[in-house]
Amino acid sequence: MTTGFLDRTRTVAPAGWSRWLVPPAALSVHLSIGQAYAWSVFKPPLESSLNLSGTASALPFQLGIVMLGLSAAFGGTLVERNGPRWAMAVSLLCFSSGFLIAALGASLEQYWLVVFGYGFVGGIGLGIGYISPVSTLIKWFPDRPGMATGIAIMGFGGGALIASPWSAQMLETFGSDSGGIASAFLVHGLVYAAFMTLGVLLVRVPAEGWRPPAGRAPQEKQEKRTLVTTADVSARNAVRTPQFWCLWVVLCMNVTAGIGILEKAAPMIGDFFADTSTPVSASAAAGFVALLSLANMSGRFLWSATSDVIGRKNMYRVYLGVGALMYLAIVQLGDASKPVFITCALVILSFYGGGFATVPAYLKDLFGTYQVGAIHGRLLTAWSLAGVLGPLIVNWVADSQEGAGRSGSELYGLSLSIMIGLLAVGFLANELVRPVNPKYHEPVSTAGATPGRAHEEADGR
Amino acid sequence: MTTGESSTADGGAAAAGPSRVPLSVLAWVWVGVPMAYGLYELAHKAAQLFTG
Repeated sequence: MTTGFLDRTRTVAPAGWSRWLVPPAALSVHLSIGQAYAWSVFKPPLESSLNLSGTASALPFQLGIVMLGLSAAFGGTLVERNGPRWAMAVSLLCFSSGFLIAALGASLEQYWLVVFGYGFVGGIGLGIGYISPVSTLIKWFPDRPGMATGIAIMGFGGGALIASPWSAQMLETFGSDSGGIASAFLVHGLVYAAFMTLGVLLVRVPAEGWRPPAGRAPQEKQEKRTLVTTADVSARNAVRTPQFWCLWVVLCMNVTAGIGILEKAAPMIGDFFADTSTPVSASAAAGFVALLSLANMSGRFLWSATSDVIGRKNMYRVYLGVGALMYLAIVQLGDASKPVFITCALVILSFYGGGFATVPAYLKDLFGTYQVGAIHGRLLTAWSLAGVLGPLIVNWVADSQEGAGRSGSELYGLSLSIMIGLLAVGFLANELVRPVNPKYHEPVSTAGATPGRAHEEADGR
Repeated sequence: MTTGESSTADGGAAAAGPSRVPLSVLAWVWVGVPMAYGLYELAHKAAQLFTG
């Protein structure tokens, strides 16, 4: 499958190729697979037409997220070996055929086919697609790796913003019965296949020896940054380093804390201000959730690009330290000030998105560019755990507080305090990050250089 | 987004070749239009926080 058009060697950029053509290639994939977070649009019609419970209708999404983590973790090395075009093509094939299988399942009223198609097959497309452009972007933008990966991963946040109104409109047109849902799935599969094709056709890897334009030196050459390495570490060795597991904890804690707000945003703002003179209506709460989505998406670009200037470790100090202070402000001020509550929640969500987007550049700083995509894939297992942990904590605590007769902002005090504790753990893990021990570095050999080292040597780094 | 940031393997100025400007415009419009649609819909919904 890796011979011919999809082969890495066929994707080497010709002279004069603009590196600014690579971000839209990455965006075409991430904006598509980001649809996963708009799955909730399909839940009510599926429940009514196929007589499903709320838990059952969430299954395709949950399986999709599990498969995202697994395929990113186990498929990362294949993605590095076969190149970004191969990875984007696999993602396109799996993601769109997942929709087509789900369409068949909906039309036959066989729900297991919807779960298998969207969740299992489509989920593989999510994982491979998520990591597909990461190492390519880092290699094209060695001077601004945070900004480059921030653009792509912002697309994953933006995907739901596009899919949510688009899918809802399609269900309105086709109807919310099983036939209408099948038609909507079919159109999704075909349109996303066409949209992602741009990425497959456009993505290029830099030619050996390629260097960014004059005046834009790679970050490891710009100034002395102790954490930015010029060496390379393989994915197999990276998971043996304490640095990898420190970052795993950092990501897991940051994501858990963000999901803590995201999961209960609408009921939370309603409960916080229910007993005040300015209660929040259901439509205003929906507006609040929309603003949080915007903060999540823009934080991915803004903070990740900022990390190029202040450094990755400092950026995570802000995410985790200032994030904890924002939670503390919500706990302390409670229902006293709506603007403070909204501002703090927006900042927390922007840090949640920023944490996702900055981590590939952090990995590149520590482990080099050699197998950064594969290492990133393995790190995403932290996301899978956080996806379970965050909602579990917030929902369980809120239910138990309600059972104890509490109401309003009192429902969330304990869970918000737990989030502060988790962020403190993440902060500590970030402080423990040190440069990787040279024993894990790939050997530098002039005769049989590894791909990563060969690239470095050709670059004259 | 300019093609002025393209360069050759030896780090020099961009080699003479086909202009990438139309391709760049097409690629960014391809991803920019759906994003603008998503942001427009989002802005409508977010406004409810202040009016709802």
